[in-house]
Amino acid sequence: MDQDFLPALPIGDWFAALVTWVSDNLGGLLSLIGFVLDDLLYEHLSDLLTAIPPLIMALALGLLGFFVRGWKFGLGSLIGMLAIQAMRWWPESMDTLALVLIAAFFATIFAIPIGIAAARNSQVSGVVRPIMDFMQTMPAFVYLIPTLFFFGIGATPGIVATIIFAMAPGVRLTELGIRQVDPEMVEAGHAFGAPPKQILFRIQIPLAMPTIMAGINQVIMLSLSMVVIAGIVGAGGLGGAVYSGITRLDIAKGFSAGVGVVILAVYLDRLTAALGSRSAVAKATKKTAPAH
Amino acid sequence: MTPLIRSEQTFKVFGRGAEDAVDKLRAGASVEELREVGITAAVIDATFDVSPGEIFVVMGLSGSGKSTLLRMVNGLLEPTAGSMYIDEEDITKLSAKQLRRVRSQKVSMVFQHFALFPHRTVGENAAYGLEVKGVGKTEREAKAAEALGMVGLDGWGDSLPGQLSGGMRQRVGLARALACETQIMLMDEAFSALDPLIRREMQDQLIELQHRLDKTILFITHDLNEAMRLGDRIAMMRSGSIVQIGTAEQILHDPANDYVAQFVQDVDRTRILTASSVMEPPVAVLGSESGPMAAHKLMRDHQLTELFVVDRDKRLRGVVFAPDIAQAVHNGRSDLNDVLQTDIATVTRDVAIADLFSEAAQSRAALPVLGEGDRLDGVIPIVTLLNALKVEPAVHEREAV
Repeated sequence: MDQDFLPALPIGDWFAALVTWVSDNLGGLLSLIGFVLDDLLYEHLSDLLTAIPPLIMALALGLLGFFVRGWKFGLGSLIGMLAIQAMRWWPESMDTLALVLIAAFFATIFAIPIGIAAARNSQVSGVVRPIMDFMQTMPAFVYLIPTLFFFGIGATPGIVATIIFAMAPGVRLTELGIRQVDPEMVEAGHAFGAPPKQILFRIQIPLAMPTIMAGINQVIMLSLSMVVIAGIVGAGGLGGAVYSGITRLDIAKGFSAGVGVVILAVYLDRLTAALGSRSAVAKATKKTAPAH
Repeated sequence: MTPLIRSEQTFKVFGRGAEDAVDKLRAGASVEELREVGITAAVIDATFDVSPGEIFVVMGLSGSGKSTLLRMVNGLLEPTAGSMYIDEEDITKLSAKQLRRVRSQKVSMVFQHFALFPHRTVGENAAYGLEVKGVGKTEREAKAAEALGMVGLDGWGDSLPGQLSGGMRQRVGLARALACETQIMLMDEAFSALDPLIRREMQDQLIELQHRLDKTILFITHDLNEAMRLGDRIAMMRSGSIVQIGTAEQILHDPANDYVAQFVQDVDRTRILTASSVMEPPVAVLGSESGPMAAHKLMRDHQLTELFVVDRDKRLRGVVFAPDIAQAVHNGRSDLNDVLQTDIATVTRDVAIADLFSEAAQSRAALPVLGEGDRLDGVIPIVTLLNALKVEPAVHEREAV
């Protein structure tokens, strides 16, 4: 078919124009975001995590795993962390951990209220859902271009891209969790005269908590994967190591940094999954499950 | 006495153009006509009142609009038209906030599937209404414990709802409503999810509590037996309309229309219950090899005037009567041959009670009920048969088993 049959759709150009406009006109806001994320949070958190001697930090993470999940996981975590140190990726891993914590924190803070709003209002849900689909399916690398444009090389574009990329499951699972709460429970709240806010905070959110926690777990996992990709824009950490392994065709470096990412991923996943099973509802379910 | 709940020509219509639909309904449009244009008329022109201390039952099949009606009473659903008075206050005119106040102070509710919060203990569940009201922790815990005591759940306060049986869970639901100390209690098919024996127990308990606490109860059910047992008055609902309001007796004996009549007929006990559900185990039976002396002793021991005679396989051989036995003993007979009556009326287990009467009328003895291989499974004395006609606990329980 003739290419000119349809007029060209320069959607990319429009977006580029938008990005240029934002960076020209909202420079103050952008530098504020950069200041908060990088100078205020990332710098300090990564300094703090790196400042703690690896052995003590590994013990602390192992202990946390022990308290949250049990001795097997605690021991495994300790061995995993020591392995990272033995591979000589300790500072990079702590940088990555700092990036993940900051990005996941903001992604969760944005995702949960949006999820709640979507659960309570079908119109909001109708708007939010396609946006989340879009955000989640857009190739992760694409986020790096405008953020790089806004913030320049460094940790900030990586964190911002990660926040956007990792938010979707948090929103989705929060909405799902709240919508799945038995309508009779909500009705009971209304019937006893509870105001909507109380119903939300004392009935809906507690009952949706296992699902919301599953969402947060997903947010953290997506954050980790995106933070590694963000190595390309100079976010540092294990991602930076993997990226430099690629550019120099250094198999050994790329692989061992990759193993470091895997260890962090397994640790964060199991840890947050276990946190989810500590909510009041999950505990009640466990306690009342038939013995066999 | 001024009614506590008064519904004046309330309508609840779902769909586009609900207000217009109400006008059409007032002008005589049928539910089916409206359904064709995508409008659901759930409650149509409902007028009734409930006096203080009354148990008012709304009875109807699923889809009859009874649950919608209930939800208009505490404003969970706003009537499309009409007025709903709680304690002489028209709640259709209240703001959301005022409505919440009415709910927390005057109307509590018990739910079909209990609606207990699984993450809160039984005690915290029972205290929920008070918590919403803003009652302090110590006071609401004391009141919740008291309410749990009233429903027979002393000491269960620290358990989780999931650890309780269905009947106990609904007791918690009841306690939660009682703890609020509201005058009005709405019960939405509160016992329908329970198995029949527990259901009866709960009905008894509700009646007992009502006598003690003098609550005003609006009870929704699809079970006519339940309606008749609980209701001081019953409103029969069909396709959104109340077709009759009256006492159980009025509805049984003077049904307002064919629908009610059919309904009442459908639950005619004598047609539902069978011989096996009213029969009793025989107090004593006589082995066919025994003689008159043994029969005489058995009759004397058990104060009987008749004895059924069975063989080794429990097959019924006949019946002997006290005067004949006395004669046989007097005459020094050693067997039952002359006194055993073999030509007697018998029934099988699955015969309806309504069909037992002619047999029973012709029989000198109680009616023997035969199971497989003519074995004697039980007997039905005429007194038992007459009792079965009443709505009687003993009979009902057997039916449930």
